[in-house]
Amino acid sequence: MDFSFTEEQSMLRDTVASYLADHYSFEQRRDALKAEPGWRPAVWKAFAEELGILGAPFSEELGGLGGGSTDNMVIMEELGKSLVVEPYLGTVVIGGGFLKHSGYAGAADMIASIIGGETIIAFAYAEPQARYTWQDLKTTAKKDGAGYVLNGQKAVVIGAPYATHLIVTARTGGAQRDAGGVSVFIVPKSAKGVTTRDYPTVDGFRASEVTFENVALGADALIGAEGAALPLVEKVIDEAIVATCAEACGVFRRLHEGTLEYTKQRKQFGQPISQFQVLQHRMVDMFIQLEQSISMTYMADIKLNDSDAERAKGASAAKVQIGKAAKFIGQNAIQLHGGMGMTDEMAIGHYFKRSTMIESAFGSTDHHLARYEGLSLGKVA
Amino acid sequence: MDLDFSPEDNAFREEARNFIAQNYPQELREKQNRGEDLGREDYLSWHRTLAKKGWSTPSWPKEFGGTEWTPTQKYIWSEEQARADTIGILPFGVAMLAPVIYTFGTQEQKEKFLPGIRDGQVWWCQGYSEPGAGSDLASLKCKAERVTGDDGKEYYIVNGQKTWTTLGQHADWGFFLVRTDPNSKPQAGISFLLIDMKSPGIEVRRITTLEGGHEVNDVFLDNVKVPVENRVFHENQGWTCAKALLAHERSGIAGVARSKRGLERVREIATTERSDAGGPLLADPFFKRKVAELEIDLTALEYTELRTLAGESSGKGPGTESSILKIKGTEIQQRLHELALEAVGHYGAPYLRDLGHNANIGPSYADGLAGDYFNGRKTSIYGGSNEIQRNIIAKMVLGL
Repeated sequence: MDFSFTEEQSMLRDTVASYLADHYSFEQRRDALKAEPGWRPAVWKAFAEELGILGAPFSEELGGLGGGSTDNMVIMEELGKSLVVEPYLGTVVIGGGFLKHSGYAGAADMIASIIGGETIIAFAYAEPQARYTWQDLKTTAKKDGAGYVLNGQKAVVIGAPYATHLIVTARTGGAQRDAGGVSVFIVPKSAKGVTTRDYPTVDGFRASEVTFENVALGADALIGAEGAALPLVEKVIDEAIVATCAEACGVFRRLHEGTLEYTKQRKQFGQPISQFQVLQHRMVDMFIQLEQSISMTYMADIKLNDSDAERAKGASAAKVQIGKAAKFIGQNAIQLHGGMGMTDEMAIGHYFKRSTMIESAFGSTDHHLARYEGLSLGKVA
Repeated sequence: MDLDFSPEDNAFREEARNFIAQNYPQELREKQNRGEDLGREDYLSWHRTLAKKGWSTPSWPKEFGGTEWTPTQKYIWSEEQARADTIGILPFGVAMLAPVIYTFGTQEQKEKFLPGIRDGQVWWCQGYSEPGAGSDLASLKCKAERVTGDDGKEYYIVNGQKTWTTLGQHADWGFFLVRTDPNSKPQAGISFLLIDMKSPGIEVRRITTLEGGHEVNDVFLDNVKVPVENRVFHENQGWTCAKALLAHERSGIAGVARSKRGLERVREIATTERSDAGGPLLADPFFKRKVAELEIDLTALEYTELRTLAGESSGKGPGTESSILKIKGTEIQQRLHELALEAVGHYGAPYLRDLGHNANIGPSYADGLAGDYFNGRKTSIYGGSNEIQRNIIAKMVLGL
């Protein structure tokens, strides 16, 4: 039983933190988000070349640093602290996850190009009608000779405007909501028939509505087993959930620290408002939520290597905790900042916006409670 | 970062499991199954069995009888005890007083008192709270004046009242906070005394709690004569001992393994009980959701405790973070009581304490659940109320 980080992981944390301290201040971020293209390729280049973190969870054979999900967790928490929008989650955690777990023939080349910073991936899985049911797919990939023809529409594909490739879930068989018949494809965004409608999100990212119209794919676009990829999708999404929980812990830390700091200097009734017990207890409850969130993220990270059912239970339980904490910590951070919390000029509101969006990312609190119930209490029903 | 158990850990689990199976007192097991109140000998018999094995004081330093278990082994031990529904070792001597003695006591005090605590020969009780000093413990008034006795030796003469003294009706000795300097600041004039409960002038009076049980007592002290050598640490510096004791008192308070077992019990009950729709209560969407949320919160508590344990093993004492464990641990215990009582519906109402436990009214698992619920409200009040814990975190952790 061991809850410590390796020396490499601690160094990784320090490296990322010190780079972000120099290059990712609140003002630098704000200016970059306002301008086109809405993210900073130079930061991504630094991640690849200067920091080398894009190879963190890949084996040394593949040119990576030889780490795993825990390294993703360490990095994501630091990215959360600075509200980084560059697509580590989509590219390294999700894209890398699909390539690592699927036995995909082109994985080694693709991973090398992720590590080098050339390939950037966005995950096109959500559909307008499907809410959080990953197998509810209207997008179809029909067999056409050796390859496939892709048709359909994907909703709110985070990071698609910056991506070179999309990983797309599509139905190669079965009815719209069947577990069977789900397949995964990797599609160059430049492929003929791919159109995107790009927009900013409320928490500073860029996203797209993506339409596929008779997009011709080769046989080598298929990742994982044809028609049987739902377990792979669930596994990678669980990994993305744990990474997002880690990001949330970074966001929560800043929300909590920012609130402590603000209430210590804000004076009313002749004293710092941090002296009021009702506010102190609120901040203690925020702190407890933060600590519980860190604990659950560690737990879920450890369970990623367990059986499918334990992994899924762990990820859902963590997401429930993080979802509740996101609301509690975020809303109270704004409340305790008073009117200042409502302004665009203070960082606190931007952390609140990210924490709010994290609550529904990869399934809301209610969704994951129901999933957890199915896994833990399902048999009696 | 992993939760792997080493072969040594697994061997330890096996040993712990077998030891409990072979040595847990049968008579005690039967009394527990009948739901009877336990007496002094019931508590001490298991303690003495463990002492013979050398396992009654795992957390103590080795020289006084500690086992030097790793955090993982302590975790395994608490799991195995909960799994087998053993009673716990009483905390007053082993977990609360002993760390004060081996940290602050003289060589003579260590030699005189630690063996009796370790071996389960001496029952200790706590004299902290007073009618006018609860959460504001430092305002205590029970007073000790120093005098020279007829024999030429130095004594304290103690006068006052203590309250909420848990299981004081069985106690041989008590540890007391008394005021030795009425003129200094509240925390500065307190001393820590060990008092023989058979001393003339001590009276222990029962307090009956909501559920009808006799767990706590008032203790009256009327000119009780205490030798000066029974004071631990310096005169007027007993608050240092008191604080150290409270930190230890909180560290075991999360009760994760017991709550896991409690949750299993709720699930069992809710599998038998029917919902309004006719299926198992556990399939009722509203009840099921409460169980799931509790289970998730318990997991969060478990991993927070594991993180704290891991931190402790690297040399830090139980930190002020243990206040989190106290708050969340007791909230979860109370939610478990609440869910169990809710689960049994009508049969939460019968009061069977006076009818005896073989009254055959309602399902046997319903017996005592209301009592547990009522009695369990104490957990967020004792050991420094959960509001006081928040004050501690605000001050010590958040620096407010």
